[in-house]
Amino acid sequence: MTKEPTTGVGAGTASRHAHSHGHGHRHDHHHDHDHHHDHGHEAREPAPFDAAALVSARQISFARDGRSILQHIDLDIHAGEIVTLIGPNGAGKTTLVRVLLGILTPTGGAIRRKDGLVVGYVPQRFDLDRAIPMTVHRFLTLSGVAADEHALEATLSDVGAQGLGERQFSELSGGELQRVLIARALMRKPGLLVLDEPVRGVDFTGEAELYALISKLRSERRLGILLVSHDLHVVMAQSDRVICINRHVCCSGVPEAVSQHPEYARLFGPQAARSLGVYTHVHDHNHDLAGDPIVTGKDRP
Amino acid sequence: MTEQFMLHALAAGLGLALVAAPLGCFVMWRRMAYFGETVSQSGLIGVALGLALAIDTTLSVLLTALTVSLLLVIMGRQNKVPLDSILGVMAHGALAIGVVAATQINTARNDLVMSILFGDVFSVTRADLYWIYAGGAAALVALLTIWRPLLNVAVHPDLAAAEGVPVDRMSLIFTLLLAVVVAISLKIVGALVTIAFLIMPAASARPFSETPEQMAFFATILALLSVALGLFASYSADIPGGPAVVLVLTVIFAISMIVSLGKTER
Repeated sequence: MTKEPTTGVGAGTASRHAHSHGHGHRHDHHHDHDHHHDHGHEAREPAPFDAAALVSARQISFARDGRSILQHIDLDIHAGEIVTLIGPNGAGKTTLVRVLLGILTPTGGAIRRKDGLVVGYVPQRFDLDRAIPMTVHRFLTLSGVAADEHALEATLSDVGAQGLGERQFSELSGGELQRVLIARALMRKPGLLVLDEPVRGVDFTGEAELYALISKLRSERRLGILLVSHDLHVVMAQSDRVICINRHVCCSGVPEAVSQHPEYARLFGPQAARSLGVYTHVHDHNHDLAGDPIVTGKDRP
Repeated sequence: MTEQFMLHALAAGLGLALVAAPLGCFVMWRRMAYFGETVSQSGLIGVALGLALAIDTTLSVLLTALTVSLLLVIMGRQNKVPLDSILGVMAHGALAIGVVAATQINTARNDLVMSILFGDVFSVTRADLYWIYAGGAAALVALLTIWRPLLNVAVHPDLAAAEGVPVDRMSLIFTLLLAVVVAISLKIVGALVTIAFLIMPAASARPFSETPEQMAFFATILALLSVALGLFASYSADIPGGPAVVLVLTVIFAISMIVSLGKTER
């Protein structure tokens, strides 16, 4: 298992940046997106791409209508690694995801994707227009993958959504919808899975099950996973790295380290920092959609 | 045997139904009914232009519809005035310009305006049929070719883009297809009811469809049926053809709603 968050080039860069803020940086930090000031000059050469990464982004900037949304972001995601992106509303999380997916072209910096990398995407707020009739089965093949009934059912049961194939989209619960979206992404046999707020609109037990599923996909399929979260209270303990952004990278590292980082406390307030629950599965089982017990939390060493 | 004009009308109407129904599903899915309405009302300007310049009116309507569509796409990109307001301005501006121009050009034919607004299906000529079949077949082939990417864009533009679908290009192609179909249907169903011919079969098919493809299939069947029923009703009861077809579609839609609401009650 690739679980060495500080050896990656990106992680190293991000943590260098995090240190650059140090303690007691109370001033408005809109200027200090140039996280080179610990190097003492402006035009630092960007770190080289991480050749081992699925996606390696360097000095990504994005501006719209003259307004800067992302500033000099470095990010690497490796196979078998869960990277969680957190940040307050308006921090640019979804914009960064859209840039990494190639939906938006960055106004600065560069992205290198591993050759032949297929990215599975689970978008935020997926409200299928009710004007469009859609069964789960049809939705799974919509991206053009060739699959028979058997393959579809197999993928659905992989994500705990077995038996939903004939269901209309409008009849799915929040948790079921997320599983179906993940199943669709898996149909394309991705190397990297990008999930934007996957637990939004899902109840508490459903949330725990989804995190268990994401963790299972990582370990069974060795997927690289980029997880976006607005929920600061629940950061997956399984995350190898948490990257906290507010237009620039504020701090990054293992979940525990980020929760104690002064920049994190400054961004979300000391209250949030204290109450940040690093998500651990204390219970050893949960219930799937059918109410059968499923094992969670045991799939991590 | 039935008269020539009736055969022409049937051939035109059924040919149009084959492409209008599946296209109408996308108009409904992408919420572009008002867009289609605006393009179709701009067809009046096209007719006036064709008469003034003494060129084939189907050609001038087609060119006008394409121009207005592209203009709407460009206007949609500005953010000073919302798109539905722009559509409202352009739809009624086009209607006014078209009506004024048509009455000026040929005051002896006051029925000209009526025939543009509501269509004149029984005056369809052999030349019109060529237009309908050539344009309709081209539009249908194009629609089937881009069906999957276009459907992905309708379902979720960002997801489609992330999976490599050229979203903007698909939207543009769809807009042009809509302009072509609106232009060729103007003669049959008229500027005011063209969009009804696109939307109503789709809306009637929706409650009974499980998948997008099923909905397009049902919509096509309903459109063919309503053309046949509407034209026979028009022929035997001497009522205008275009409105008769739309009347049948309205009845079908009402039945569809009543039946589907009854189903959910249970």
